[in-house]
Amino acid sequence: MNTSFANSARMVGAALRMLLVLTVLTGVVYPLLVTGIGQAAFQHKANGSLVKVDGKEVGSELIGQNWNLPGTDKPDPKYFQPRPSNSAYDPLSTGSSQLGASDPRLVKRVEAARAQVAAFNAVPESRVPADAVTGSASAIDPDISPAYAGIQIDRVARVNRLPAAQVRRLVRDHTDGRALGFMGEPRVNVLELNIALTKLARH
Amino acid sequence: MSPVLADVLTVVALTGALALVHRPLGDHMAAVYCSKKHLRVERWIYRAVGANPDTEMRWPVYLRGVLAFSAVGVLFLYLVQRVQDKLPLSLGFKPVSPDQAFNTAASFVSNTNWQSYAGETAMSHVTQTMGLAVQNFVSAAVGIAVAVALVRGFARSRTGGLGNFWADLVRGTIRILIPLSVVAAVVLIACGAIQNFGDIHTVTTLTGDKQSISPGAVASQEAIKDIGTNGGGYFNANSAHPFENPDGFTNWLEIFLLLVIPFSLPRTFATMVGSARQGYAIVAAMGVIWLAALVAVTWLEYAHPGTASQLAGGSMEGKEQRFGEGNSSLFAVSTTMTSTGSVDSFHDSFQGLSGGVLLLGMMLGEIAPGGVGSGLYGMLVMAVIAVFIAGLMVGRTPEYLGKKIGSREIKLAACYILITPALVLTGTALAMALGKGVPSMTNHGAHGFSEVLYAYTSASNNNGSAFAGFGADTTYHNTMLGLCMLLGRFLPMVFVLALAGSLAEQKPIPATAGTLRTEKPLFTGLLVGAIVIITGLTFFPALALGPLAEGLAS
Repeated sequence: MNTSFANSARMVGAALRMLLVLTVLTGVVYPLLVTGIGQAAFQHKANGSLVKVDGKEVGSELIGQNWNLPGTDKPDPKYFQPRPSNSAYDPLSTGSSQLGASDPRLVKRVEAARAQVAAFNAVPESRVPADAVTGSASAIDPDISPAYAGIQIDRVARVNRLPAAQVRRLVRDHTDGRALGFMGEPRVNVLELNIALTKLARH
Repeated sequence: MSPVLADVLTVVALTGALALVHRPLGDHMAAVYCSKKHLRVERWIYRAVGANPDTEMRWPVYLRGVLAFSAVGVLFLYLVQRVQDKLPLSLGFKPVSPDQAFNTAASFVSNTNWQSYAGETAMSHVTQTMGLAVQNFVSAAVGIAVAVALVRGFARSRTGGLGNFWADLVRGTIRILIPLSVVAAVVLIACGAIQNFGDIHTVTTLTGDKQSISPGAVASQEAIKDIGTNGGGYFNANSAHPFENPDGFTNWLEIFLLLVIPFSLPRTFATMVGSARQGYAIVAAMGVIWLAALVAVTWLEYAHPGTASQLAGGSMEGKEQRFGEGNSSLFAVSTTMTSTGSVDSFHDSFQGLSGGVLLLGMMLGEIAPGGVGSGLYGMLVMAVIAVFIAGLMVGRTPEYLGKKIGSREIKLAACYILITPALVLTGTALAMALGKGVPSMTNHGAHGFSEVLYAYTSASNNNGSAFAGFGADTTYHNTMLGLCMLLGRFLPMVFVLALAGSLAEQKPIPATAGTLRTEKPLFTGLLVGAIVIITGLTFFPALALGPLAEGLAS
């Protein structure tokens, strides 16, 4: 009994020392090595792909934003609008609604969103795509589908007093295809599109 | 390009890449665990620790090593979370509460990575890198070590020795997990994943709003989270967060990473027992189940029969635009089948029956292809059960790889397959009976029950994904789920190692004309059948109350 207790104690001691050594290796050396490589080779991306306009940081390419009238939660018709968000695009509160695909509350929300998007863009409800009326997984989805960008073109052009053809070209230029041609879905980055739109409207 | 064609190409590229690395990676891992040589850094570690890497351990000693190492892991991780506010780089976060810290420690040490916290506002830089990420590595290495010990049980004869736990642990970490992770992490950064130790950064948007951009050593953690089939996201949104998973390519890469070791380990097994075809029979069984689940979920998501999805015109609630229905389904099936548990979309909002398939994937016991190591040993235990059933049918003493499956072996295998169902079903039943289930549900009715069932299935099978509407951060669930994770991880290991010890002591019996040929497609079919029937009979009543009821109603 005594020797088996001593054996176990020795084993626990070795286990503790092993954990500490491996903590140094995988918890200090490994992340610092990767951070070193990342910061040296891909500094912009490693720090969050921040976007500047006129020298000021206005967001991250990868993180979606609200495009509301200043000080309100009403969408600003001047801009392309993003998908609904579970957290009003707050990156410190990511995640989705978690409602089931047949949940009555989700049904109500989708109905309301469809009516709102259709009215806001003056299109029939049948043209409103799925991503425009559903919350994303992250709540900070930076993208919308080309179809959702498509139904917003006329409204955006009208409010910014731009020719619709010019805005349509802008959307086309900011539509990303699938990665390598087949991975993921085609998408339009809302922040980049709205920055380009702002520049266009200014001239 | 049509979405269906794009999805097919994505799956073809994935299986092609897995097939390409199957042999080299599998053989590399076999060489790592069979090598007699130690690297210089390894010798230095053994000296610092005071362990002799060349002693052969009998199964009780090997087991004691596993348990001692995991126990100090739980204590250490608990402690780090409780004092994170006093450590540097705390970001101003408070210490984690005792029950949540226990839950998280149990979760990461057991390779489950269930998360009842939200990373972006709960865990400091130090907790993430020196606490959580360390267990991402070592819990994975422990899993592979136990699998390798079982394979040695088949490969060796007339010996009590199963190898040396310290050597297996260190080699798996240094020669397999770290090199793969460094490469994967750098690729992820190149594609946009972040990697810094900065502060929360506030920007002013064009409309005058303030937005807080999260910092973090994300890419380094993302890489091992997938490679080690851990699954604990740096952020609450896990791999749906654009900083963890920026585009369609990284999504594909992460799926590849979480499948690559589990699908290559059968080759390691084959090389160590000296028969390539035995490995192909196992990998075929894993692949068939994985593919069947993938087809089912993808089809259901595109068909989107749910009322809300019908109205919306697609199953996009809880999914990211850059991944869509197809790639989200591929990720969901791969993550539940590998015991990874990271998500790029939220399973709670999948179609009712899709959720049922994902649940079933975990209930199979995480063997298609399963977690790193745990998938292989789980599948080999099922193979033992399958040859036993075949033996009963023809009235011969069953044998597998030249080892007799006698009463001791079959008892150990039977105990193994009883543990997780017992934990899942009693855990769920207790939660419901004690009135702890309903208050934690986001959804109502059958779907709400699925949330509870999913939580206890995920914890007991060490998966870690969730129907995340389930409010798990209560003292009751933190404690019970924590216990399920620890028991679901370490009790099966006891039986696996005991089985390994018993097999290693036997002398091999030569194959005769009457021996069941376990390298043939017929055996693969028998194995898949045994898995499906055993799991189906165990869980059908519970599934009928949850996802089946919901799916048939819509």
